[in-house]
Amino acid sequence: MTAALEVRGLTTRFETRGGDVTAVNNVSFSVEKGRILGLVGESGSGKSVTGFSILGLIDPPGEVCAGEVLVDGNDLRKLSDEDMRKMRGNRVAMVFQDPMMTLNPVLRVGDQMAMAVRVHRKMSKAEAWEESRKALDTVGIPSPEERLRAYPHQLSGGMRQRVAIAMALLHSPAVIIADEATTALDVSIQGQILAEVRDLADRTGAAIVWITHDLAVVSSLADDICVMYAGRIVERGTAEQVIGQPRHPYTKGLLDSIPARHEPGTPLPQIPGSTPQLSRLPSGCPFRPRCPRATEVCATEPPVVTVDGQTVLCHHPLERT
Amino acid sequence: MTDPILKIDHVSKRFTRMPGLAERWVGKLTGGGKPVVVHALSDVSLEVTKREVLGIVGESGCGKSTLGRVVAGIYAPSDGSVTLHGKPIAREHGGNVDKLTTQVQMIHQDPFASLNPRMKVGETLAEGPRHHKIIPANQVRERMRELLEKVGLEGAYADRLPHQFSGGQRQRVAIARALAMEPEVLVLDEAVASLDVSIQAQVLNLFMDLRRDLGLTALFISHDLSVVRHVCDRVAIMYLGRLVELAPADELYAEPKHPYTQALFASVPTVGTGKGRFEAIKGEIPSPIDPPPGCAFHPRCPFAGPRCRAEVPRLTGAGTARTVACHLNDGGVEMKTEAAA
Repeated sequence: MTAALEVRGLTTRFETRGGDVTAVNNVSFSVEKGRILGLVGESGSGKSVTGFSILGLIDPPGEVCAGEVLVDGNDLRKLSDEDMRKMRGNRVAMVFQDPMMTLNPVLRVGDQMAMAVRVHRKMSKAEAWEESRKALDTVGIPSPEERLRAYPHQLSGGMRQRVAIAMALLHSPAVIIADEATTALDVSIQGQILAEVRDLADRTGAAIVWITHDLAVVSSLADDICVMYAGRIVERGTAEQVIGQPRHPYTKGLLDSIPARHEPGTPLPQIPGSTPQLSRLPSGCPFRPRCPRATEVCATEPPVVTVDGQTVLCHHPLERT
Repeated sequence: MTDPILKIDHVSKRFTRMPGLAERWVGKLTGGGKPVVVHALSDVSLEVTKREVLGIVGESGCGKSTLGRVVAGIYAPSDGSVTLHGKPIAREHGGNVDKLTTQVQMIHQDPFASLNPRMKVGETLAEGPRHHKIIPANQVRERMRELLEKVGLEGAYADRLPHQFSGGQRQRVAIARALAMEPEVLVLDEAVASLDVSIQAQVLNLFMDLRRDLGLTALFISHDLSVVRHVCDRVAIMYLGRLVELAPADELYAEPKHPYTQALFASVPTVGTGKGRFEAIKGEIPSPIDPPPGCAFHPRCPFAGPRCRAEVPRLTGAGTARTVACHLNDGGVEMKTEAAA
């Protein structure tokens, strides 16, 4: 099966006063049609910058300096600005954490959705409204005609996020990138949206990259998982592999520190130290200073180890049991 | 069971927004322009015993933060009373709230917003105890160093500014600041919600250690059910300003009784559930400006009957030490003549 999205060796740097910082470091993954890839990491791991880099949304002082982003076999990085604009929102769409970032507060929902439709397709305004109504219907918004005439402030947070997702769906994109799309929502509303997203992937065949810090969300939503740390993908595999049998010490540490996995009241296993600053990374494996398995060899670049499609970037991966 | 030290007795809290000048003018013509009243808390009663950690769980708008603030004496209740050892915590007079005790201290969610960026953390820690003369002036510096060490930082950090700390370290400072007042009760409002998973475990471990060493009593407010289960003895579930269920943590998690609690548990994704299993609650959280009549959950509840639309369910006993506010637990959801009488 061919991948809807394939990312190869993506690297993004930012120039800062403290020197150059590599926010995304040689990141590679692919997502097939109708599958959901969970991109997990803590703050500063580069997961959001990866999403922005794919869509070519990095502005100076940042720069995507290497790698390929293949959608439908085309390398997005080689496209002209004009051609890239044609892809964005059409073949590749993005959903952000804060729906108010996506929605224009002074336009009615229907007007801005119709505008988004007509950017990529020639049709009358009435037809574009009809398309928008269908899209709202797809994401489970009750009485969509009414919502089209509403302004964003008249909708609840969950409803706004659904509208943002509906807008991403307008042109049946091959790839949807969602960055912390349910993080700001209440759990009951998050549950509704995750169910819709799962259904969307199955029904429309869109490949979805779901970026989040929440392991519980990806473990129940995603087919495949990539774990990021300090700009690198340190582990990659199917959800069952990564959650059920993590091989990178960082993934293991993250999973172990989740309270639900322990007897109430008992001390939680914790990863010592704090998330690293990208401008002051140690040589070799960036997780080395916090890692219980680290040895001298970890000061050199860690090798890529792949078994059964589960890939880890580590000198001392955990044994498979 | 020992006597409760903290009593929240039939507390309600309403916030009123007066209409602006223009709204009043328009209101004269249209009949609107009346004050908008938000019912943040409605008739909440809770008791907390010494050394107990009580979890308060709910979604946005359920009143959990308002409850925390009423207990911490930041707001005075509109009705009812909050007392610590029988003495009120705050009193309203002339539009201001007078906090009457330093025995309740609060820890906020965002350690980036709750620390003064221009004050050395040692100064931040010392400000309260100095003002209230809790620690003799000549011992303040030494005590602050001890406190920093107690929360897992170095004493020498007292001379640093907040921006020199990571998020997890800042939250440790915020905890130290609350402890500096030598409080009997802590109110933690989403205290670990903004931290990364690996840092969250560190702060939860610190909280459990401090609780054991200092014999703390705490109100632990959170939306995260797994965190609450890990640190709390009893858990109160809130919905739209009301308490809907109160039970010892292990019993609640083993068998939630209120339909809302059940739905909440079902919609939380957990690590390893396998994919695609979301049993979402239908509908949206109603507005606390105009809460639904009867049981506030009835528009979303799969078991709702006529009685739920008319009568507010009271908290009634459901087994040992458990209470639940649901008509299912109190004679059924159908309208009865004797219920109306």
